[in-house]
Amino acid sequence: MVTSNKGSALNLVVHATVLFLVIMWTIPTAGLFISSIRDKDQLSVSGWWTALSASEQQKVYRTAGAESEIQENGVYVLRGNLLEGGSGEVTKFGISSLKPEAFAPGQEAKSRRDVRFKVMENGDYEVISEKSFRRGVRIFYTAEIPPRFTLDNYRTVMSSEGLGQSFINSLTVTIPATVIPILIAAFAAYALAWMKFPGRALLIAGVVGLLVVPLQMSLIPLLTVYSKIGAFFGVDAKGYVGIWLAHTGFGLPLAIYLLRNYISGLPGEIIESARVDGASDFVIFRKIILPLSFPALASFAIFQFLWVWNDLLIATVFLGNTEESLVLTGRLRELLGSRGGNWEILTASAFITIIIPLCVFFGLQRYLVRGLLAGSVK
Amino acid sequence: MGQLAIAFVTMTLGVLACAGYFYGSNALLDSIFPSKNRPAEVIARNLRIVNQVRPWLFLGPALLLLVFYLFYPVVQSAILSFYGRTGEEFVGFANYIWLFQSGEFLESFRNNMLWLIVVPTLSTFFGLIIATMTDRIWWGNIAKSLIFMPMAISFIGASIIWKFIYEYRSGGDEQIGLLNALVVFFGGEPQTWIQIPFWNNFFLMIILVWIQTGFAMVILSAALRGIPDETIEAAVLDGASGLQIFFRIMVPQIWGTIAVVWTTITILVLKVFDIVLAMTNGQWGTQVLANQMFSWLFQGGGDYGRSAVIALVIMALVVPIMVWNIKNANAEMEGR
Amino acid sequence: MANVKLTNVKKVYSNNVEVMRDINLDIKQGEFIVFVGPSGCGKSTLLRMISGLEDISSGTLEIDNQDVTQVPPSLRGVAMVFQSYALYPHMTVYDNMAFSLQIAKIDKKEVDAQVRRAAEMLQLTPYLDRLPKALSGGQRQRVAIGRAIVRRPKVFLFDEPLSNLDAALRVATRMEIANLKESMPDSTMIYVTHDQVEAMTLADRIVLLSAGNIEQVGSPLDLYANPENVFVAKFIGSPAMNVMPCIVETAGENTQIKVANTFSINTPIASPAGDSGKPGFFGVRPEDLALAQDGEPALLEGEVSFVESLGEATLLYITVPGLEEAVISKQQGTLQIQKGDTIRVTAVPEKLHLFNQDEQSYRCL
Ligand SMILES: Nc1ncnc2c1ncn2[C@@H]1O[C@H](COP(=O)(O)OP(=O)(O)OP(=O)(O)O)[C@@H](O)[C@H]1O
Ligand SMILES: [Mg+2]
Repeated sequence: MVTSNKGSALNLVVHATVLFLVIMWTIPTAGLFISSIRDKDQLSVSGWWTALSASEQQKVYRTAGAESEIQENGVYVLRGNLLEGGSGEVTKFGISSLKPEAFAPGQEAKSRRDVRFKVMENGDYEVISEKSFRRGVRIFYTAEIPPRFTLDNYRTVMSSEGLGQSFINSLTVTIPATVIPILIAAFAAYALAWMKFPGRALLIAGVVGLLVVPLQMSLIPLLTVYSKIGAFFGVDAKGYVGIWLAHTGFGLPLAIYLLRNYISGLPGEIIESARVDGASDFVIFRKIILPLSFPALASFAIFQFLWVWNDLLIATVFLGNTEESLVLTGRLRELLGSRGGNWEILTASAFITIIIPLCVFFGLQRYLVRGLLAGSVK
Repeated sequence: MGQLAIAFVTMTLGVLACAGYFYGSNALLDSIFPSKNRPAEVIARNLRIVNQVRPWLFLGPALLLLVFYLFYPVVQSAILSFYGRTGEEFVGFANYIWLFQSGEFLESFRNNMLWLIVVPTLSTFFGLIIATMTDRIWWGNIAKSLIFMPMAISFIGASIIWKFIYEYRSGGDEQIGLLNALVVFFGGEPQTWIQIPFWNNFFLMIILVWIQTGFAMVILSAALRGIPDETIEAAVLDGASGLQIFFRIMVPQIWGTIAVVWTTITILVLKVFDIVLAMTNGQWGTQVLANQMFSWLFQGGGDYGRSAVIALVIMALVVPIMVWNIKNANAEMEGR
Repeated sequence: MANVKLTNVKKVYSNNVEVMRDINLDIKQGEFIVFVGPSGCGKSTLLRMISGLEDISSGTLEIDNQDVTQVPPSLRGVAMVFQSYALYPHMTVYDNMAFSLQIAKIDKKEVDAQVRRAAEMLQLTPYLDRLPKALSGGQRQRVAIGRAIVRRPKVFLFDEPLSNLDAALRVATRMEIANLKESMPDSTMIYVTHDQVEAMTLADRIVLLSAGNIEQVGSPLDLYANPENVFVAKFIGSPAMNVMPCIVETAGENTQIKVANTFSINTPIASPAGDSGKPGFFGVRPEDLALAQDGEPALLEGEVSFVESLGEATLLYITVPGLEEAVISKQQGTLQIQKGDTIRVTAVPEKLHLFNQDEQSYRCL
């Protein structure tokens, strides 16, 4: 590449443009991540970009009732902390919903029934009454809450929203659905690239042709067959074997195509030399082809992994929508329906679903690139 | 813990069964037709038989799966498209007639065309720009990684990410969606973006552009690096400006790759339904064919005939692109 | 260890191009045979048919007196060394050499002994643990040869093993191959090259191929001294033999010819009487053309159109009126002759070659 020598002005423009684009592309994910570790109350009232500044919140607190009152000097007293021990600063408080900011901390407020309220800046309160409290009283307050980061959202979704189960389901679907097609495709690709048999050219053309079949097309006929098979054997038609094979079938055309491109590019003399050395095709495949096509295999593995992990359609159709069988994407979609407004749950769940692919991706991206290239630019 | 163990065992069994097939079948073949300790003619004959059988052992599973999962369904869908909702009664062209008269189909068709024009074009365009620019700065690889990253995110995950950006809070509440916050900051009125007729389509397309630009960028960047330096140096000596070099020397040389990227994304666009499903489920005029088909498959017990028709339409849209692409690829190979 | 016999061997590729036509060749045990010929003449195809990598379309191939036409490569007892070395890039030198023995399930100790012996022979012992990419071209070629030796094949096959090496290394490795042959006098070796120096120096017998046919088989000197036809005459020797059209004036015990309608030449070569008056071809090697002394009768006479001084020798390009191509004469040392000079050249009669109108040599008829 010729480096620009048109002076630094142009260079600066390039740097600035790329920086701008990078920010545009990363901000959505960053927003998701930051939101997912924010406190859920803060998350719903302020944008995530304010996460580092303190937020002002208006809240209502209901004290405990008679069970925790103490009798002191002939009066009944309720004590506690509005912020429940959290950090923050109460700036105003009130005793009616009409005037929630009527008093400053340290002032004493008196209600019509002669109940006296006292709230300190740190949130400690004291409510004093002549008569016993029947039930808790409400205190309205405004507080400056400093930024709070927490993993609570993750704890919630992993335990109570069923995400843990879905995570395992996703893994159980993804790993075999990545390994099996690679094995099958690699054998087929080798046969199509280096073995002699009648009809080879036709088969290669057929594989390329099947690249166009949209997945959606297969669903109905397959569902019918699956349920027939299921009924025949008296088993549930929706199971892991079914979805592994489905992912394998749908991934095969691309896998065979990419791998054949790569494997047929290996030097023929090496393979012939092994043949003269007395190696059978199975030995050649295991001892020579597999090690030499590692980059292509790895790249396709990543590709297939991402595709299976991120798939919603096949999982919905072949594994079903029941509570135990949902994979992460399916779970996410369901949460989107049932918890549409609960951003603390959505963001944390979404981040859990993308964390594994992101790790795989950043760990192995150089292979991914090589694999993509094997198929398109050659 | 128990779940994990079961999952682990299932996985191992699945993978082992597959590997076992290849090992077992090949070992069996070698033991039926041994090639050691026999008279030379027998060995020679055995080896010839083995060489004829083995390709089919290698290809067997792949062929079976391809036929069952892709070939058979195409045929079957074509047949189903003439049958009613349960796939049992023959209805002739009724599904086709219904399809071309239904307003929803026209809407999804129009939207699909919009997607087909906008997404591949924008992704390829941004991909090319970014590839060109990142090639000339020292932190280009970091930039590329970050822009490539959305590739790893599921469509549904991406939808949540963007839904959060488009989030709308009514009244005077503080906006927690980035887009509305920006609008308010610049003094505008916050909007429910994904409900604005017609334009909401574009807000959905942005998501796919966001995901696919990285793909285009990586492929194009490799192609750009494959351009011989001499051609660019020659152009510099000829007095071409930076833009001229880009458009008249570099772009023509990677034209084939641009076409590949463009078609790959086009095919993907036709199949994508997750984004629409998650963002609007086709409401507010954002329906697309793939999602329409998906909902006919499940809505109210499902209608096999109608979803088969829609699937056929999707396939019909992909075929010409693919044929063109294969022809291109062949021409390119012959040119070498 | 074994002889190789090809009978009526043909090769037709799927596109119906016949690339080998009716090859008959008998190679004795322990011979070093070199296939030479211009590019695309089918040398590799023939070699690969012997190895079994390419099917034989018709005819038979015998190795060690056994018909192996239908036998797969690994059972023919041949080892092949490829032009590109074809080393397994992910295996060490040791594993590369041991591979075929391991496949044959030979005892580990035996494998080790074989590999080390071969490595010793080829001075590869220090490199046994390296991967091929950490070796120089010459070392890689030696590993490829070592891999062949380890198998103790009946027949060694080499397909242009030296053409990826630079000039100096090529000479050195050529010597090594010659030594190797000497140390294994019983093994039959078939060697493909398009470099005639390699062919001349290595071969017991050369097989000269052209367009799928064998043109001539014989010892290097035989091919040089007695080429059977114009093709062989022009292919062997550098610069190539001067071959010019002529008319046979009088056939007989001694043939009288006329070149360029001017020069009558009397050759001690016999020709059938019926050929009198027919066209033919007259050949003389550049190194056989001496400058004629004053008074000595000239074979040819012409104007020097170009002088190439090579240091140890000088090439004179002589334009003879009536001949289309310049006649080349190779003289020892440097000369005082310049472009434009007219010179006369001569040659000893025994070194002259005469071919009939079908380009076949009269000497060999
Ligand atoms: N698979 C094939 N199908 C059709 N024709 C082929 C095939 N392989 C080789 N040929 C043709 O057979 C002829 C002989 O090829 P071969 O490789 O034997 O030549 P060669 O003498 O080894 O040449 P070189 O010195 O260049 O290696 C060539 O004309 C070639 O085009
Ligand atoms: Mg050759």
